[in-house]
Amino acid sequence: MPDDITEKVLDLIASTKRIPREQVSVNSTFAELGLDSLDAINLIFEIESTFNISVPDAVANSVSSVPQVVEELRKLLTPTSQQLPPE
Amino acid sequence: MPQQRVAITGMGIISALGADLASNWSFLSQGKSGIGPIKLVDTSNLRFQSGAEVRGYDPVQHFQSNQIDFLDRFAQFALIAARQALADSGLKITPELAGKMAVVTGSCVGGQTSQDAGFVALYQKNSPRVHPLLIPRTMANAGASHISMELGIYGPVYTISTACSSANHAIGNAFWMVRNGQVEAAITGGSEAPFSMGLLKAWEAMRVVSPDTCRPFSRDRRGLVLGEGAGMLVLEPMEKALARDARIYGEIVGFGMSSDAGHITAPTSRGPASAMRAALLDAGVAPEQIGYINAHGTGTPANDQTETRAIREVFSNHAERLAVSSTKSMHGHALGAAGALEAVATVMAMREKMIPPTANFTTPDPECDLDIVPNHARPGEIEFALSNSFAFGGLNAVLAFGKA
Repeated sequence: MPDDITEKVLDLIASTKRIPREQVSVNSTFAELGLDSLDAINLIFEIESTFNISVPDAVANSVSSVPQVVEELRKLLTPTSQQLPPE
Repeated sequence: MPQQRVAITGMGIISALGADLASNWSFLSQGKSGIGPIKLVDTSNLRFQSGAEVRGYDPVQHFQSNQIDFLDRFAQFALIAARQALADSGLKITPELAGKMAVVTGSCVGGQTSQDAGFVALYQKNSPRVHPLLIPRTMANAGASHISMELGIYGPVYTISTACSSANHAIGNAFWMVRNGQVEAAITGGSEAPFSMGLLKAWEAMRVVSPDTCRPFSRDRRGLVLGEGAGMLVLEPMEKALARDARIYGEIVGFGMSSDAGHITAPTSRGPASAMRAALLDAGVAPEQIGYINAHGTGTPANDQTETRAIREVFSNHAERLAVSSTKSMHGHALGAAGALEAVATVMAMREKMIPPTANFTTPDPECDLDIVPNHARPGEIEFALSNSFAFGGLNAVLAFGKA
């Protein structure tokens, strides 16, 4: 079973691209889903708004599949050592 | 009426490289970039901080204070460049000429700085009203209209808005009108002033703006850098220009257009190739006669790669002998003014026999394997040159120039 983050990404892809949710799977590539570069930017925009995060350009322009999006999203949602307050 | 040759007899320019032709050429011919930290907008909440702004600009040095009220920054730039170009040409706008003269300008976003300020007042500061001059300041034709009013030109006056191709479409239309004898002279070019928080945020959302600088054709290129300013040319029939003993910078010899009819933002090589071929056909110039191309060369991963392919499609083996540079590496991407700044750069390159480089270049990209004149200007005699503009929306416009 996909976790909550993955489920939300799949929902956002379906709603952004206006395609049936069942067509989007955890392993889909953007090419399989018919997402071009502008669609990908739109998706990242929806993800930023939904998760209240900011995705760097380098990440946004490099992802091209659902697993990649989920992986990058997890990284952004996990506090890094730099973001933690100093001891 | 037979077609007439079209001479460029005056040029005016204001950009990040300076407020006159001499300073612009000085930067271009030395490969010095005008890109630096953006000062017009607080960039602390933006993912990019670099721009090619007109620095040290004070409208009071150019306009009466009551005139400034009517002029957005982009229209100010248009007027400044047009005044320079006309003075430079020595053309006198007589009562007979005034009705037979055209003004054709390009602008992508018009007076959006004024619009942004008006909307900030409305939505953020809860002002119940906006300034009554917001509409005439914002309209994209404001530059053309103010040139027409100030110089007393009452022939065909209009503005073309085709995103990044605006100025090339404008110059091409003016060129055709002069060539066909529909007008006896034209002032044409483009102007732009895109630095407002609203528009910068919109560009940030597109994720095509470089976080550092503009490195066209370089493997480590990371996007475009926005620029601003205006460029204007005075066009006259060659015969009339020679008859009045005008200085002739060069000729416009051809203009070609096409549409990708593909994607709203992703470029193709087919559309640009088709526009370059159309410009060559219109000019009656063979591909082998072209010595230099001022590339669209935005510095985005997609453009530079597809433009390289398009140039190879059109020029095949001759592509190896072509100098191709992107002066956007120095004056930034001035959107609807880009083609005008680049027309000035191209004409000066032919006149001064010096090819401006692609600045900020670091690393060759096998996908952009043209002679892109990296970092240093190069002496070179150019018979004919092209200047490319390819817009979001897939609209392509290419000008062909000939040396004087």
